[in-house]
Amino acid sequence: MTSASRKLQSILMTTAVAVGLGLSAPAGAEELRIGYLAPLTGGLAQTGIDMRDGFLLYLEQHGNKLGGMDVKLIIEDEQGKGDVAVTKAKKLVLQDKVHMLIGGVLASTGYALAPVSTELKTMYIPSIPAADDLTQRQLKDFPYLIRTSWSSSQPNHPLGQWACEQGYKKIVTIAADYAFGYETVGGFQKAFEDCGGKIIQKIWPPLGAKDFGPFIPTIKGDADAVFSLMVGPMPAQFIKQMRGAGFKKPIIGGGTSYDEFVLPFMGDEAVGDVSALHYSAALDTPKNAAFVKEYRARFNKVPSYYSENNYTTAQWLDEALKKAGGKWPGPEELIKLMVSIKLDSVRGPVSFDDMRNPVQNIYIKKVEKKKMFGYEKDELWNTVTKTYPNVSQFWTYGKDKFLAQPVYDKNFPPCKFCE
Amino acid sequence: MGTQNFKIAVVVVSLLALLIVVPYCNSFIVLLVTRAMVFAILAMSLDILLGFTGLASLGQAAYFGVGAYLTAILANNYGFGLKWDFWLMIPIGMAVGGALAAFFGLFAIRATGTYFLMITLALGQCVWGLAYRWNSMTGGDNGLTMKGGRPQFGIDLSNDINFFYLTFAFFAATLLALYVLVRSPFGKSLLGIRERELRMRILGYNVWLHKYVAFIIAGAFGGLSGVLWAHANGIVTPETVVLTTSVDALLMTVLGGAGTLVGGAIGSAIVFGLREYVSTLVPWWQYVLGGVYVLTILYLPTGLMGIPERIKQWRNSQKKHETAKMASAPS
Repeated sequence: MTSASRKLQSILMTTAVAVGLGLSAPAGAEELRIGYLAPLTGGLAQTGIDMRDGFLLYLEQHGNKLGGMDVKLIIEDEQGKGDVAVTKAKKLVLQDKVHMLIGGVLASTGYALAPVSTELKTMYIPSIPAADDLTQRQLKDFPYLIRTSWSSSQPNHPLGQWACEQGYKKIVTIAADYAFGYETVGGFQKAFEDCGGKIIQKIWPPLGAKDFGPFIPTIKGDADAVFSLMVGPMPAQFIKQMRGAGFKKPIIGGGTSYDEFVLPFMGDEAVGDVSALHYSAALDTPKNAAFVKEYRARFNKVPSYYSENNYTTAQWLDEALKKAGGKWPGPEELIKLMVSIKLDSVRGPVSFDDMRNPVQNIYIKKVEKKKMFGYEKDELWNTVTKTYPNVSQFWTYGKDKFLAQPVYDKNFPPCKFCE
Repeated sequence: MGTQNFKIAVVVVSLLALLIVVPYCNSFIVLLVTRAMVFAILAMSLDILLGFTGLASLGQAAYFGVGAYLTAILANNYGFGLKWDFWLMIPIGMAVGGALAAFFGLFAIRATGTYFLMITLALGQCVWGLAYRWNSMTGGDNGLTMKGGRPQFGIDLSNDINFFYLTFAFFAATLLALYVLVRSPFGKSLLGIRERELRMRILGYNVWLHKYVAFIIAGAFGGLSGVLWAHANGIVTPETVVLTTSVDALLMTVLGGAGTLVGGAIGSAIVFGLREYVSTLVPWWQYVLGGVYVLTILYLPTGLMGIPERIKQWRNSQKKHETAKMASAPS
């Protein structure tokens, strides 16, 4: 026998013993395998890290258990691309045999993963992707989908109402030119105009624009305010250029224009701007204070809604699996259990509507420079100035009436008051 | 000629091995190999331009994307291509890819070198822009999901292994077709153009027409890979048509070895292996991929397919060295 083959034999023996031991290990709690998809490389990497950290924090606080089941969390980098997300999701289901998929950031990733969940009969929780139709007109195609976060237009209906109540009559919108932008602006426009306001101009800079110089001078002079929807690296630059150009009127925006993710990159020019979302790190409740402090101590960052939504996702699963008695109940049953649970979460009370999207508080938030939660430095925080409780994705329109209209798009609602 | 037969034998044996081994691998590997083969078709189509005609194109994703979008649009809106008519979708995809290339070629073929690179890039991005902006048709940045699933015509292609066999068949057929093409007198003329365009022109060849036809053929096979991709992936997004896809195809071809056809397949296997498989194992996969690119360009300008040649050269030089030593040694 050569030494090489002897070595090979010994390796084989060791492996066999190891496998044998693995099999004979005493059966403890049942294992829950979760496939977690977040962009960890590329332009969305920081968002992905926030998401992952939120989920991890909950697991760490609860001994890596959800509802008594031992969690095996398998994190895959979806690189912010739908194609890659599909490949990775299939790897997680086919090779790792995960019980469920969680994650994705972009709406397009949500749309890419939802059919995969249907095809592979695997539960999918889009914990960030907000595309309206995932839980509206297309929900019937996705029986294994349940959304723990929000729909794009959900916070913007109340914001439209609020803007109207402030006495703004004419507003110009300027928003990133893609589906999330359309749905955000659409929701805002619908509610604002139903209340009597007028959207007099819609400007669509390309997604990822870094220079707003060509757009700012075209903003109509008779507008009372500007509504913006910026994402990624766009918001900080937009505000800087707007105020730098001497624009003195109020600026309001969709959630991602001012979320905790971008606030550290903004200066005093953002103070006073208003946005709406289903979470604010400055939410003054004991639960949120504890969450912010722990998250910040652990990851050296103020949590964003990306973090909170995933933390709450873990909590929701925890409660549902407790109800299931610490055993994997199958996707249909688990979805039923989750829907039945009203959760007291970090962001406030949350529950599901009958289309598996959360009904939750929407917070109107004003950027302020102040100290919070005992931190020493003055920082920018999204102070909650008004709370719209229990807002559903259909706002006050009612489900049937809302679903009868097409999904918000670049040209819907039509811009009646644009010349 | 002996070495040529040997090379063919190696390729055939590797293909057979792939055909036999893969279906027994775990289903994720089956999926990855299928995807790598689709991209191999794209890389090989690009090799016709890059390796055999000397035209570095940065717009190959355009034909890929058009094939994929057309497949998705016809399937979703008209239910076309989901039964036996899938076999019609293949020539349609190729025709549309070829037609687009015929149109783009009118602009692109006039340019050479860097200018060709730039104009193909610009034209490719036009297609991306269309995919991104034409919301009502392409679904904008959300893309199009293949609602009807994969085609079924007696054989159920929603089974990944069946789909692997189908893709393998197209991959092998493409390899054969392109091999016949590059060995034909037409292929030899392309090589002549690559080596010395002026001489070919003086010899009386219609250089423009040769390039134009090569461009269209490459586009047609790009369209074919697009049709397969739509079904392999189940979703078509602007990401499919974006510049990165063109760059990927170019890198795959260069990595494997331009002007070898098989090189594109090897490059595709390596890129998919590293990007999609190694990334599930280690977080620093990007360094590995980058390292492979850099090392290949520095030390193997002829790509991985150039390795045997390098070894031969090295051996020969060793031998020469030996004989020189022997000769100079005192007897």
